Amino acid sequence: MPEFQRFSYDVLVIGAGGAGLRAAIEAAATGARVGVICKSLLGKAHTVMAEGGIAAALANVDDRDSWRVHFADTMRGGQYLNDWRMAELHAREAPECVRELEAWGALFDRTPDGRILQRNFGGHRYPRLAHVGDRTGLEMIRTLQDHGIHQGMEVHMECTVLSLLMDDGRVAGACGYDRERGRFQLWQAKAVVLATGGIGRAYKITSNSWEYTGDGLALAYRVGAELQDMEFVQFHPTGMVWPISVRGILVTEGVRGEGGVLRNSDGRRFMFDEIPDNYKEQTADTEEEGWRYTQGDKNARRPPELLTRDHVARCINREVKAGRGSPHGGVFLDISWIKDRLPKAADHIKRKLPSMYHQFRQLADLDITREPMEVGPTTHYMMGGIRVNGDSQMSSVPGLFAAGEVAAGLHGSNRLGGNSLSDLLVFGRRAGRYAAEFAKNNSTATIDEPELQSTATAALAPFERGPSAENPYKVQHDLQEIMQSLVGIVRVESEMRQALEEIDRLRARAERAGIGGNREYNNGWHTAIDIHNMIVVSEAITRAAIFRKESRGAQFREDFPDKDAEWGKFNIVIRRGASDEMLVEKRALAPPPDELTAVIREMK
Amino acid sequence: MGKPATFRIWRGGPDGGGFQQYSTSVEEGMVVLDAIHHVQAEQAPDLAVRWNCKAGKCGSCSAEINGMPRLMCMTRLNELDLDAPVTVEPMHTFPVLRDLVTDVSWNFRAKKTIKRFHPRLPDAPDGTWRIQQADVDRVQEFRKCIECFLCQDVCHVLREHHKHDEFIGPRLLVYAAALEMHPLDTEDRVSDLRHRHNIGYCNITTCCRQVCPESITITENAIIPLKERVVDRYFDPIKSLFHIL
Repeated sequence: MPEFQRFSYDVLVIGAGGAGLRAAIEAAATGARVGVICKSLLGKAHTVMAEGGIAAALANVDDRDSWRVHFADTMRGGQYLNDWRMAELHAREAPECVRELEAWGALFDRTPDGRILQRNFGGHRYPRLAHVGDRTGLEMIRTLQDHGIHQGMEVHMECTVLSLLMDDGRVAGACGYDRERGRFQLWQAKAVVLATGGIGRAYKITSNSWEYTGDGLALAYRVGAELQDMEFVQFHPTGMVWPISVRGILVTEGVRGEGGVLRNSDGRRFMFDEIPDNYKEQTADTEEEGWRYTQGDKNARRPPELLTRDHVARCINREVKAGRGSPHGGVFLDISWIKDRLPKAADHIKRKLPSMYHQFRQLADLDITREPMEVGPTTHYMMGGIRVNGDSQMSSVPGLFAAGEVAAGLHGSNRLGGNSLSDLLVFGRRAGRYAAEFAKNNSTATIDEPELQSTATAALAPFERGPSAENPYKVQHDLQEIMQSLVGIVRVESEMRQALEEIDRLRARAERAGIGGNREYNNGWHTAIDIHNMIVVSEAITRAAIFRKESRGAQFREDFPDKDAEWGKFNIVIRRGASDEMLVEKRALAPPPDELTAVIREMK
Repeated sequence: MGKPATFRIWRGGPDGGGFQQYSTSVEEGMVVLDAIHHVQAEQAPDLAVRWNCKAGKCGSCSAEINGMPRLMCMTRLNELDLDAPVTVEPMHTFPVLRDLVTDVSWNFRAKKTIKRFHPRLPDAPDGTWRIQQADVDRVQEFRKCIECFLCQDVCHVLREHHKHDEFIGPRLLVYAAALEMHPLDTEDRVSDLRHRHNIGYCNITTCCRQVCPESITITENAIIPLKERVVDRYFDPIKSLFHIL
């Protein structure tokens, strides 16, 4: 019978990116005993990849900004499928969360009078992103990490969570194993916060790191939590396309915020060709006006390159399909052209976009101060996730909380750039606070020992099947191909039905996956476990995408190319049925209170 | 379009191991980590390798490639001589767990021994600070660190002399420098740097600076200024004279 190392906490935080660390810090501050589980080493979570900045209406650069404008921008970006309460709390609390980070040692770029500098970003009406060059995510995670290690939390690095444990309808903890040595671990807890991030690894071309296999979504789904908005997968418009081995790596929106322009093979700025009606008033008429906007002219409107990500990604897709793409199947993103406008442009680019300069220099032998980059859409972010209460972040399972990318609601059908890092802080903090409160008001739950044992036995099954069974890497690879080609940027029902059949076959193959070697840091074993989560998530995305018969935000249906006001009244909710089937249903959106409706109308 | 290349990959655990040779086909633009993944997917599913972002931002995939400490995800195959086998082995300074993966947990424990950030009182009534960009720029370099621990790997105080209990290594000296030179910080780490963290063990051979994938000028910009602070406090002859008088 497999042995377990046992730990007991008030609050267990699963995931140590921005949301998880912020939740752990908050819970620990209340005096709760806190355990943190990292999938990687501490400080390596996907948050380090965030480049652009943290959206918060500090109004340091443009005093017309306020939480109301930020709220309205977020709702407009999400095409009004957002949980209005989350959008409100996010806009109200983000500035305080940024200031908190500074008090813990984060250093942001400054305005001339010494306050936190803010930059322009797609979909934000005013310059709003607090940033540090183009490595804001690293600054944020390092600040939280270095602050957090002194808060008394216990950190378990490099662990895989196999399942959440339940006791009479509420969460009782989690079990898994440490990857370094493959020892089983039980983390008993009164409350659990899931902060496991997204699902990008279900696709072939993605900006996401290997960890993003939808673990939290699958864990929560299996114990009965509801998922929401799973059809909305954000394809970031600008990922690297060449060389092949780096395809998908992110090229920050900050490049466009600093004046970078998109061109097709004819040299045309194609983004001017199609501007959605609800953004017409806020978008520049001429290239000249767009340039002035990027240089801080308050009377200028933003260039169309800074329209929402869903729109820009689709325009790039259109150019490539029409044969006007770049040599390797993308389009051109050019920042070098600003040398016509600015003295010492090369130094300016290196200072504003240091890691982009570095990334292209090193991986593509290309100097972005001299030549245009080749870019194309890449799977970037899951707007959907675990359905939570807007205030407390608790899921439909008592004691189970979720924050950050793994939770749904804030972003609706499309996330604005910069709203992710602020999401992590605002809702990480809330989840930590309410999880600690839940732990205080509840006793320790009982561990279901037979369940624990059967989980461990199932986890070891790939070793029983051995290395000649199904190769887990191959299953993962095939799943990525299917999601990329059949449930990607442009969707159609027949292809998605085909994807569902393929997913069924892949599930059967995943159940036959086998592995050799032993339990110490065995990547093949980890993959054999992760693919089950990726399959659950892929099925949920596909079913939700089939169900929503319209195009809105990140979901574009070739067979239903228009937005349908009727669909604007519903979220799609997914949950596990009694006989393990996936149930999909409509859930009516709660209307915002009059005060917020007025804010939305006023800024439409 | 691929062409074959050979990799000598160290396989084994705490009790020992050795190099095994694998051949795989490589294409234009590939990095060492791609080749390792090919081998893993096709020939050795249990090959242990730690990686994460594959974009040089997380600092997980540190290893020694043809004897040089580097990130596998940022080492392009076209910089290497592919006519000979490419050697890939784990970092030497840390205990091997399995194959290319080492136990780097000491770095996390040692970091905790450095006094944490302690800001001055806020400058403005709303609880915020005023900082000049020039003061931010001065420490940005140190804050770029991705904690890949390659500098720790080459530091001879750790690698050859195993002074892990007495010396914190270049990474954590950079961390201490980032705190000491932080425009808001008021804490004093100079005594610890001398007595507890033994900054004197560093004899500025600049090996650490040469392997930093973020090009942080570790020796000149971080370690030497910290050494100067220690010298100013403890070894200034004029001050000592005043002390005697």
